[in-house]
Amino acid sequence: MRFRILLAATAATLLAAGAASAEDTPGVTATSIKIGNTSPYSGPASAYGVIGKTHSAYWAKVNREGGVNGRMIDFISLDDGYSPPKTVEQARKLVEQENVAFLFQTLGTPTNSAIHRYMNAKKVPQMFVATGASKWGHPKEYPWTMGFQPTYDVEGEIYAKYALDNVENPKIAILFQNDDYGKDYRDGFLRGLGDKKDLVVSMLPYETSDPTVDSQIVAMKDSGANIFFNVTIPKFAAQAIRKACEIGWKPLHLLNNVSSSVSSTLKPAGFECSKGLITAQWQKDPTDPQWADSEGYKEWAAFMAAELPDADKGDVNYAFGYNASTLLHHVLKNCEDMTRAGLMACAANVKDLQLPMVLPGIKINTSPTDFYPVQAEQLSKFDGEKWVLFGEIIDASSN
Amino acid sequence: MDLFLQLTFAGLAIGSIYSCVALAVVMIYQATDHFNFAQGEMAMFSTFIAWTMLGLGLPIWVAFFLAVAISFVAGVLIERIVVRPVENAPVLNQIIVFIGLLVIFNSVAGWIWEYTIKPFPSLFPKSFGFETTLISAHNIGVIGLTLIVLAMVFAFFRFTRVGLAMRAAAANPDSARLVGISVGWMLALGWGLAAAIGAVGGVLVAPIVYLEPNMMSGVLLYGFAGALLGGVSSPGGAVLGGLVVGVLENWVGQYVPGGAELKLTFALVLIVGVLMFKPAGLFGRIVVKRV
Amino acid sequence: MTRPNPITPTLFFGFVAAVIFGAALPYFVTDFTTFQFTQAMIYGIALLGLNILTGYNGQFSIGHSAFYAVGAYTCAILLYHFEWSPYAAIPASALVTFVVGFLFGLPALRLEGLYLALATFALAVATPQLLKFDLFEHWTGGVQGLFILKPDALFSGWSTDQSLYYVTLGIMLALMIFAWTMLHSRSGRAIMAIRDNPIAASTMGVNLPLYKTVTFGISAMFTGIAGALFAIVTEFVSPDAFTFFVAVNLLIGSVVGGIVSIPGVIFGGLFLVFVPNYAQDIKLAYPWMPPPWAIFGTFLILIIYFAPFGVWGFLERASAWARRKLRS
Repeated sequence: MRFRILLAATAATLLAAGAASAEDTPGVTATSIKIGNTSPYSGPASAYGVIGKTHSAYWAKVNREGGVNGRMIDFISLDDGYSPPKTVEQARKLVEQENVAFLFQTLGTPTNSAIHRYMNAKKVPQMFVATGASKWGHPKEYPWTMGFQPTYDVEGEIYAKYALDNVENPKIAILFQNDDYGKDYRDGFLRGLGDKKDLVVSMLPYETSDPTVDSQIVAMKDSGANIFFNVTIPKFAAQAIRKACEIGWKPLHLLNNVSSSVSSTLKPAGFECSKGLITAQWQKDPTDPQWADSEGYKEWAAFMAAELPDADKGDVNYAFGYNASTLLHHVLKNCEDMTRAGLMACAANVKDLQLPMVLPGIKINTSPTDFYPVQAEQLSKFDGEKWVLFGEIIDASSN
Repeated sequence: MDLFLQLTFAGLAIGSIYSCVALAVVMIYQATDHFNFAQGEMAMFSTFIAWTMLGLGLPIWVAFFLAVAISFVAGVLIERIVVRPVENAPVLNQIIVFIGLLVIFNSVAGWIWEYTIKPFPSLFPKSFGFETTLISAHNIGVIGLTLIVLAMVFAFFRFTRVGLAMRAAAANPDSARLVGISVGWMLALGWGLAAAIGAVGGVLVAPIVYLEPNMMSGVLLYGFAGALLGGVSSPGGAVLGGLVVGVLENWVGQYVPGGAELKLTFALVLIVGVLMFKPAGLFGRIVVKRV
Repeated sequence: MTRPNPITPTLFFGFVAAVIFGAALPYFVTDFTTFQFTQAMIYGIALLGLNILTGYNGQFSIGHSAFYAVGAYTCAILLYHFEWSPYAAIPASALVTFVVGFLFGLPALRLEGLYLALATFALAVATPQLLKFDLFEHWTGGVQGLFILKPDALFSGWSTDQSLYYVTLGIMLALMIFAWTMLHSRSGRAIMAIRDNPIAASTMGVNLPLYKTVTFGISAMFTGIAGALFAIVTEFVSPDAFTFFVAVNLLIGSVVGGIVSIPGVIFGGLFLVFVPNYAQDIKLAYPWMPPPWAIFGTFLILIIYFAPFGVWGFLERASAWARRKLRS
């Protein structure tokens, strides 16, 4: 008996795939939308778990205010511990068992890589992934996957150009995390150097299981480098900044955006030691007083105070999550066709959207051939208290 | 030559931390005949307790001693409540219980204090009156305090009746019982002392690696390696083992081709290589087995 | 508790019932649940390898994630670079991991207890570092890993998930029978004698180095086969999937299932796949609860308290107790 029901169910799904309308889209009804997410709430990348928490809080608030176009958002966020096989399992659970309409902001490069092909084979949107790898914006090969933030490699290029233009007789040292993320930044930077790659005098990796990066910093100082490209996550970035300061190494210090948070990197490293750091930014740093009066900041601060009162508001990841959720909110609100294909088309049709915690002037634009929503950054220098933006907004389009 | 000195001192600095953890590992091994895999997470938890007290406005040394005292009591309680039921179980079962404790401490710490890194102040002054870029004042303090703790451990086991009773309880529980030693309480005491030493280690580590729930995982692995290299039956050996591991790791990273990417691998292979020829560690005693 | 499970009528009929249940299962559950059970059986195969080494031969390993990785990568490389059939790649992975395990068993001969644990630990730590090492990147795909494709279903009536389920079930049963036969043979008695008293075993004429290294090889081979299946089922291998944490997981699974048992590995596998998910569900249903891993850790400790010889040991004791009750 059970078997026959199953067969019937299978037949029904097959039919649904043929005739696509909103009512037949898994996870979408007239009164609700089911959205899935995977985040590292445990394991080595737990610090990024707050992004998933922000999303959960955001959608709870939206539901209390009546949902999106009359639909309640059923947001299911599962822990994958930053382990790719676990992400595969959780993504399958969300798609096949929970029947979500799509996945949103699944976090991490190795984890998203693991489900990249599955999601596209299943034709389920993998929307606004929370990783800066460059491979998420290829609509031709992977029409169901879309990126979100500026890509690491393009950011790396920006630093390379800045370094070449601003330092005489440049000698470069690169410290990078030995994984996808670190190598993306490194390779972008090397590409930006063009034919001047031999200016790199020291290039050292570290593992997240290492207790410190002190020895790498010591070796880099000894290499005589006067430019230091620091591709590390907050914990190691803070260690690197402090150690360089302690041993009296004062290069032009280029810090990757991933660790540009004042409260989780620069404060632990010490403001005195952080003076003069250069980074490329696209989000408003929550601790930066110059944004305190901007509309976007106020909106975010009100949200934080109401929904996540105990959270550390200096952590830029809360702003990151808020930006991404706002973007999705915008997409859902303006979308007529709630099929999976329709949702993807809506996500690929965002024009000049200013997100609350993104720098003024950096607008979200997507199109059927452009799956990179945020594509501009601005350089910024730490003055001992806060980041000070300088220069033009730099186009960071990647193809 | 300057680089060599810098690397060596940086290695000694981080090695002193491994030493401190190795000492706690050896301590519990001496007192209970087992390795406690939850040691690192317990130390991390103790450090968070100290951090919370700092937040309440207590001076650092007061917070430090209070955290050490609380950890001692917590260690005794954990032994009495959690470890007691597996006291006579096979080694693997005990290890699984330790792993259970490890994940509990780790996730509860993340739950209470979140995963963002927190700066932790040093116990020591900014300078001991001389200037050098080779090693920071905090690292000198770490080495000093580790040596003091080592001396205390040594004296405790060598010269006090309780220390002797603890060694007896671990080495031969049955005979110890016959001479009137309360083996159960000796084990609990061992856990308490190890937790206290772990707390010292955590408070010394945190200013260097920053406080967060995963701060001890890397350190503990090196601490274990150091303890095994030096010999698990020798507190002094463990301290030396930790220092050797720290320095070795740095040399390998710099001077071995491919070492930068594989430095942990090379360091561990070297240690295993040494152990194949000195099976009891550099300073351990070889135990002769009976048939 | 030194002998591997002797065949009693209960056990025999239980085995038959379990096989029938296992064979029928995919017809009653969704493809996703089938996939989860496939994962559990893959873990089960890996645990079988660990049980043979640690439970029956007394050699301690916290580095079996390395053999899991070698099996997975061998299979993935054969599929990706050489376009082998998965069904040919699995035996090839078995062979490679046997050789790797045997070779690692040689230095391990000189080490015991904690020191062997350290050596295997070094292996577990080295594995992800080697997998992403630049020199091998051409073959391993470096930090990116390798994508492979699931094979088509063996029969047109099956989905790919069902097909892989039956392949895994078949391999697991075959390996369990192999392990049972081996442990009940003369060699099996030698393997256990080494665990119980190496010095005595050696005086009785057991060739210690040979037995220990071959056991290491066989243990690695089992885990390697599991790794190959893992690569096929998840269609993806990357260094992050084979961290030290995986080795710890395998140890947990072995002890929970019953490390001195063959059928226990199924329970160990089910535990590793389902209990972390249950812990998450509990947390989702009751947000005031501590985090999922704390719940998981508590489960783990409680299981050790109430079933010190693992789930299988518990079942054995319960059935012995029931039989005594029935008789009296």
